[in-house]
Amino acid sequence: MREISYARAGMEALAEEMRRDSKTLHLSTDVPLSLQEEFGAARVRATPIAEGALTGMAIGAAGSGFRPIVNWSMVTFCFVAMDQIVNQAAKIHYMFGGQAKFPILFRASVGGGTRRAAQHSQSPYSMFMNLAGLKIILPSTPYDMKGLLKSAIRDDNPVISFESGRLAGYRGPVPEEDYTVPLGVADVKREGTDVTVVALAWQVPEALEAAETLAAEGISVEVVDPRTLVPMDAEAIRASVRKTGRLVIADEAGPTAGASAEIATLVTEDAETFACLKAPVKRVCALHVPIPYSPALEDHVFPDRDNIADGVREVMRMGRRAA
Amino acid sequence: MQPSPEQQREMLRTMQTIRRFEERASTDFRGGDIYGVVHSYIGEEAVAVGVCAALDSKDQIISNHRGHGHCIAKGADLNRMMAELYGRQDGYCKGKGGSMHIADFGIGMLGANGIVAGGISIVTGAGLAAQVEGKGRVAVAFFGDGASNAGPFHESLNIAAAWKLPMLYVCENNLWAAQTANAITVGAPDVAARAAGYGIPGVIVDGNDVLAVYEAAAEAVARARAGEGPTLLECKTYRWNAHTERPNQPDLRPKEEIEAWKAKDPIKRLVEHLKSQQGQLSDEEWAAMDREIQQAIEDSVAFAKASPFPTLESALDDVFAD
Repeated sequence: MREISYARAGMEALAEEMRRDSKTLHLSTDVPLSLQEEFGAARVRATPIAEGALTGMAIGAAGSGFRPIVNWSMVTFCFVAMDQIVNQAAKIHYMFGGQAKFPILFRASVGGGTRRAAQHSQSPYSMFMNLAGLKIILPSTPYDMKGLLKSAIRDDNPVISFESGRLAGYRGPVPEEDYTVPLGVADVKREGTDVTVVALAWQVPEALEAAETLAAEGISVEVVDPRTLVPMDAEAIRASVRKTGRLVIADEAGPTAGASAEIATLVTEDAETFACLKAPVKRVCALHVPIPYSPALEDHVFPDRDNIADGVREVMRMGRRAA
Repeated sequence: MQPSPEQQREMLRTMQTIRRFEERASTDFRGGDIYGVVHSYIGEEAVAVGVCAALDSKDQIISNHRGHGHCIAKGADLNRMMAELYGRQDGYCKGKGGSMHIADFGIGMLGANGIVAGGISIVTGAGLAAQVEGKGRVAVAFFGDGASNAGPFHESLNIAAAWKLPMLYVCENNLWAAQTANAITVGAPDVAARAAGYGIPGVIVDGNDVLAVYEAAAEAVARARAGEGPTLLECKTYRWNAHTERPNQPDLRPKEEIEAWKAKDPIKRLVEHLKSQQGQLSDEEWAAMDREIQQAIEDSVAFAKASPFPTLESALDDVFAD
């Protein structure tokens, strides 16, 4: 199969869905030229730097029968649109009694590693998980990027796609033919028997590297990628933990009230899964600080494959033996 | 162009319907059958009615927290409105929205909105949709002078101007943003003057003169339909009641100011205009019209009371579309 990059997979998804459905629109401050050339300036709009208005307009266009795609670029730029995201997009379907549909795709890059300091390096997806009414995808491979985006565009609800900036150049197999990845279905990226590592976004390739290292030490790691944060595939995660009895959660975001906390809870509050745990749940997350600029500090703040491997070794050492 | 006497009588009927609805909403709010908060539109009826009379059924509007008048002017069903205020299953939002979130997408009413200025960019997106569709539809934002100081107003007007969206922005300048006089918070008294900065027409109209509002709106709607872009229409008006119907809220507005505006009652003004034109409205006809309206309000309350509260299971419905 051909290999393309994570970023290219995203653009292919948009182009194919815009070809498929004339009700799709694209709004962004810097217009993707390939889309504008193919679909015209009426459907692919270059907007002012006014994310609040773009977000609101997407809601109104969606409620009028269109399927807007809004690219906020970095997640950091969407915070000026928080009223539209929190008070409008998330609630509008429910508070109006479900009388209209609001199919919208919002795209935002997350993460760090680019030495751009605190305002341009963050992964705040758990803030949005806390709202009822938004679906959230978090692709980690080119294949998932394309398939999840296509599902998100076809979905009748507001969906936010958080896309790890560090993965933009990652290449991977992507079929030529049309396919989708359903929302709410986790993917086991590597099978194993000793420890489950639930990894998010950039932590997925890091966890796969850690799993290779650990295999040489005789530790068999299963890497589970939820792919969708809302709805979360709790059952797939629990099933893996019931099999391995140990759980490490790897997230480039901080731990406090984070996606990692939600995943830990989904596992521990389930009696059947809890009974299978042989060790405490371990989280490998960023330090709970704004991301610093200096490479020495930034690399220290984010977790990587070494931290994940250490976390796995820790849960292998501690805790009780299997009965 | 002046509307026909028949159209004027319809405008009067709609204005009086809004007033009677608001009187009842206030009474039932104080009586405990309506919950949370109610913002009364009494005194401003000419704006919603004058503007909506200039629209087609396919045109879209969005409203704010003071939204009952806009709903009625666009043709919403009184029964389902009252049932929503009563928190009942047959309300417009199945009892999930209440006074600040009544919507009827079927008639182009994209919702009341509890966030000041929150709806302005949403309805601008409806204008974008209308432009891409190219079927001549127009979208209208209703908002207050308070909203005109918030970001969505500026961002939306700029985009609508740049893209020549088929939009009408209607500012109901009632001089007060919640408890604060706009003289304290704005540097210039006329919101319409800001239109020049966006490169679009800004029009000031007496918001208590429904015929003047209609005329100005009709001209702006014609421009929008012709692809000539948005207009900012500022309607100078006044709400008779405090910001909300909650009895414990302070109302800092001077008594003389309130009384002076009550003397400019937009409904009385239209009644007198029709009466002064021979044969256009008799005392008997006006009294009969008001009786019919009061009966319709009574019927809406009966409908609301007959509707059950939502089932507890329905709390989980509609978070997402299927």
